[in-house]
Amino acid sequence: MKCHYACQSDEHMLARRKFLGTMAGAAGGAMIGMPRVVQAALPELAGKQKHILVFYLAGGLSQLESWDPKPGTDTGGPFRAIGTSVPGTHICELLPHTAKQMHHLSIVRSVNTKENDHGKGKICMTTGRRQEPVAEYPHLGAVGAKMLAPEQLPLPGHIHISSRGGGGPGSDAAFLGPKYASITLGNGEPPQNTARPEGLSEASDARRNAFRAAANAHFARRRRTADSDAFISSFDQAQQLMERRDVFDVTKEPAADLERYGDHEFGRHCLLARRLLENGVSCVQVNHSNYDTHYENFDFHIEQLGEFDRPFATLVADLVDRGMWNDTLLIVMAEFGRTPKINKNFGRDHWGTAWSVLLGGCGIQPGAVIGKTNANGTEVVDREVDHGHLFHTYLRAVGVDPSLKIDAGGRSIPVADPAASAITELLA
Amino acid sequence: MSETAAMPPIAPEQTHQVGEFKHDCPLLSCRFDPSGQYVFASAYDFSIQRWDLAGGKKTPLAAHGSWVWSLAFHPTAGTLYSGGYDGKLIFWEAAAEAPVPLRTIDAHDGWVRAVAVSPDGALLATVGNDNLVKLWNAADGTHVDTLAGHAHHVYNVVFHPTLPVVVSGDLKGVIRAWDVASGEELRQFDGAALWKYDQGFGADIGGVRSMAISADGKHLACGGITEVSNAFAGIGTPLVVVFDFESGEKVQSLATTKKFRGLASDVFFHGEGFIAGSTTGHDGGHVLFWKLDKPEEFFALKLPDSARAMHLHPDGVRVGTAEPGGNVRVWQMTAKAT
Repeated sequence: MKCHYACQSDEHMLARRKFLGTMAGAAGGAMIGMPRVVQAALPELAGKQKHILVFYLAGGLSQLESWDPKPGTDTGGPFRAIGTSVPGTHICELLPHTAKQMHHLSIVRSVNTKENDHGKGKICMTTGRRQEPVAEYPHLGAVGAKMLAPEQLPLPGHIHISSRGGGGPGSDAAFLGPKYASITLGNGEPPQNTARPEGLSEASDARRNAFRAAANAHFARRRRTADSDAFISSFDQAQQLMERRDVFDVTKEPAADLERYGDHEFGRHCLLARRLLENGVSCVQVNHSNYDTHYENFDFHIEQLGEFDRPFATLVADLVDRGMWNDTLLIVMAEFGRTPKINKNFGRDHWGTAWSVLLGGCGIQPGAVIGKTNANGTEVVDREVDHGHLFHTYLRAVGVDPSLKIDAGGRSIPVADPAASAITELLA
Repeated sequence: MSETAAMPPIAPEQTHQVGEFKHDCPLLSCRFDPSGQYVFASAYDFSIQRWDLAGGKKTPLAAHGSWVWSLAFHPTAGTLYSGGYDGKLIFWEAAAEAPVPLRTIDAHDGWVRAVAVSPDGALLATVGNDNLVKLWNAADGTHVDTLAGHAHHVYNVVFHPTLPVVVSGDLKGVIRAWDVASGEELRQFDGAALWKYDQGFGADIGGVRSMAISADGKHLACGGITEVSNAFAGIGTPLVVVFDFESGEKVQSLATTKKFRGLASDVFFHGEGFIAGSTTGHDGGHVLFWKLDKPEEFFALKLPDSARAMHLHPDGVRVGTAEPGGNVRVWQMTAKAT
């Protein structure tokens, strides 16, 4: 499926991309690339802005080394379970800081996506649907950007923070169009092409913009259309984004906070996520890599979760302390979990059969444990759910009706898989 | 089990299996006791299993709350020391009918990765994930000293056979020799070949997985994995780096001629002038035999399973290996009896 553009012009799109570069998909294309549907905020979203914060633990976090430990069993591995701030709920000892925040969080321990492929698993978990040969569906962040972001927000509505890469827009918005696609801040750096070129002085830039504004105004006096307004708006939003470039500069945060989050990349990324949310970005995804531990799963989980635990827990506590928790849906997901069986190289392999997702914040009942696996974690024995149930739950949690249909080139497509439903007992 | 009294000459190329002991879950480590009567192996079920080599009687030692990776013995007192991933160091009477913990020490914050006993039996050294080397009184378990300096998990430790020196090696291949009396660092050895930070994976892989010093104290051998092309899957090759102990210079890198993926899990110097290293990994287990003057092995014994650990029996003839399949196998480095 392709986004249905108002202008119907490939040339127009090419010119736009050339002009705005990677910034265009995030802010510059505010009007031009807008599908013909749902342009006004939904009634149920009126009031305080909702946010979605996803931690994507790429490669597949082991549920046994995190949210569903099985110590002392044949699959348990060497780690112990520790108590948490929720009496009776235990998680792996690798997450001592997170354990103290569990009264804000909830675990779904009964996820069975039946998918052990990285790419397909990621599609399941980010779109709530299985991969289809002829259809692409928007990722959660793109849906959130469309449904939750204020129209005039000068910042991108859907931002990923990763160790490497950088750029955008990504291809994760499908028929919603590039406006809602993710912009990736590689290594937490600001979006590309948002700095004024070195050879262009501030005064020259101002004169250039003034001339553009004058020309636009002259044009609009006789030939104003919706398209010309959208064109002007895109420039204005891009300019605002450039003026607010320091939103992406985590060093502007207090030194004490940088210390609390930890002097390492993931710590800075978590603090940047807080900064972006505070500045109104609707959907932020922090990627942490890599958990694809076919080899020496336990050593690698010490290293990765040792890095993850403190900044993640600090961010949860900060969102609570700053009054943002009830408006921010937090999800910790991966493409799948890892096999209970430990292979000969101390590794765990891909496992979509019985694994866990962590949620908290907006619309989520705190301190809950939904579902159950058997004694050694090889199968779900209570309240089996899959990606479809989770996707419905995410939307319901932030006040979006999962049955809402979006027009995509004349087709009316449900935002969530109609065959699934929310995990209602998890909703607040 | 073969008798060792009228043993034929050592011939690594003739190594053959002479014993097998089975546990019902995967094994982690194995060591013979100094008397040579028993072989001990640790397992996924947190237990240590003891087998009588002569009769095969199996006795469990259960007290740890996690995996036990390190086993060491007092040279004369009959004490077994076990270090666990529960951070505990436990003293046992190795030959007791039903061994129970004699002493339990909270030794490290995080995993205890290795335990060593000084040649005179006076001191214990432990290392772990708190990046520390700790010295203990081997008789009563009192803390003697803490040697700080490693910046990463410490994977291994050995005492020098003739000097009052203990040597430790960490995740990034930083190998430090410490004066036992003063706690001062004497020198470092560069084992960086045994470590890699995998950018794609975003994690460190490697570490000094095995360590030994020759009986004359002249050479230090450190083993692990090198040339890692894929940390996700542990694709690398086994390597043992040998250093001149006095100068700290590398004198040999012992590798393999095989197209073999894995790591060097244990290593020992043999009195007959060769070095043996066990391997574990994607291509199963081997025992590789090297001479110090050549980087390639002169013989590779293919094992039925990966060798997560290997130990030389006090008789100098037999070797034990511990396998993920739950077996301890005993091998004899001689020609088969006719």
